[in-house]
Amino acid sequence: MFDALAPFQYDFMQRAFVAALVVGVLCSALGTYVVLRKLSFIGDGLAHASFAGIVIAYLRGANFYGGAAVATIVTALAIGFVNRRGRVSLDTAIGVLFTAAFALGIFLMSRSTRATVDLQNYLFGNILGVSSSDVAVVVGVGLAIAVVVGALWRPLLYTSFDPVVAQAAGIRAWFIDYALLVILALTIIVSVQLVGIVLVAALLVTPAAAAAQLTQRFIPMMALSCTFGIISALGGLYASYELHASSGATIVLLATLIFFAALTVNAVRRPRRVL
Amino acid sequence: MNAVEVRGLHVRYERVEALQGVDFDVPRGTALGIVGPNGSGKSTLLKAVAGLLRPSAGSVRVQGRPPRELPPGTIGYVPQIEDVDWQFPVSVRDVIAMGRYPRLGPFRPFSAHDRRAISRAIEALDLGALADRHISALSGGQQQRTFVARAIAQEPLLLLLDEPTTGVDAATEDSLLQLVRGLVADGLPVLMTTHDLDRADEWFDRLIVVDRKILADGTPDAVLESGAYAGIREHTHTHGHRR
Repeated sequence: MFDALAPFQYDFMQRAFVAALVVGVLCSALGTYVVLRKLSFIGDGLAHASFAGIVIAYLRGANFYGGAAVATIVTALAIGFVNRRGRVSLDTAIGVLFTAAFALGIFLMSRSTRATVDLQNYLFGNILGVSSSDVAVVVGVGLAIAVVVGALWRPLLYTSFDPVVAQAAGIRAWFIDYALLVILALTIIVSVQLVGIVLVAALLVTPAAAAAQLTQRFIPMMALSCTFGIISALGGLYASYELHASSGATIVLLATLIFFAALTVNAVRRPRRVL
Repeated sequence: MNAVEVRGLHVRYERVEALQGVDFDVPRGTALGIVGPNGSGKSTLLKAVAGLLRPSAGSVRVQGRPPRELPPGTIGYVPQIEDVDWQFPVSVRDVIAMGRYPRLGPFRPFSAHDRRAISRAIEALDLGALADRHISALSGGQQQRTFVARAIAQEPLLLLLDEPTTGVDAATEDSLLQLVRGLVADGLPVLMTTHDLDRADEWFDRLIVVDRKILADGTPDAVLESGAYAGIREHTHTHGHRR
């Protein structure tokens, strides 16, 4: 007999649902800025860059979050620097640096005999791996990011819309840019266990992109994006249990379904506007 | 103390020196017009005063300090071309409210004063009927008025306008002129670039002619009579593109 509450009798599923809720809100709230600043390529790249740090931390027996945080934040700051000062175009720099970091992770993993299965969990996400201390980290990082975004949402919005005038008016645009990159890096790190490196960028982009189809105001866009993020993360996790499927993939597919539904609604309402 | 003091200002892009030793002062309550041919460094001059470009030599002082060290909200800047994403999810009122952001501390909601400044700016630019429209639904002149309104809502101590009258209709130009003269009468210093010399004496207390250097500086009538600007136009015409 079908038991709707069956997944919740397991401790690991309870932990996974808490983590999914936080990750769903975090990714989709920040996703609003990612979509408006057209940073989706950076989100994907940062996720891949984290892999080198994860593999090195694993092989040395060090803490997963420490390794991932160092690798991802350093890469995020390097990207910010190239973006502001560099003579190489941003997408080229991302394409080179992030792929290289990912390749380094794969290289090290392939030379290790014991690492492969564990590390593949980070590539594709594995809810079984979410421990109580993981939940504590996810919730702690989530709260910290909520406070920072609560403090900076206005300068973040102004510099997303019109960075030059915001800077002339005395907003430290460089600080805001770097702060956003570091917050993105941290969000990606805590999301990787649930949805996996390969798929985390979708959770950053898809709910916000769906929200952008339905509203032309910022606050409603962020609220809608969070709603879609929560529905995708919790709904996808639940469905993945019932369907015996990968949690990350199911979450992303549900978010994609919502995106196409929003696209259809928008097409019916406003026939001429495309994306 | 002058509101703006520019001394020996040089600004260099990659290989081109856009400004080669510019000196001038602007006291409070003065509208300074900046004219010159295309590529003469007019916009560069405004960007340097706004602190968006670093001088390669010389200095800019606004209220006695380098522009980047000013308290947030001091400089209101309206660029010539607003290179923004017109699909960005903001209304006219949202854009104008951004003018208050630099002065607003973290977690602080808008004060009564902030709200007043926003509604006064909306009124001053006659945007009341458009305030709740999305920015993609505006004409060129309405967009320009929105960005001027944002700078006014900021209550800046220095206003920089880069060709605000280009591409706007006569009625908008008239209302911008009234607005600027009103702000100047209240003591605000205004620096503004323009191509339109016909009404320079209405707009400005002082006019400078710039072509990498300052070629003339004085009252609009005196500068226009001196022929300095006509001379450049001739020069530009006979020698082609200057950049």
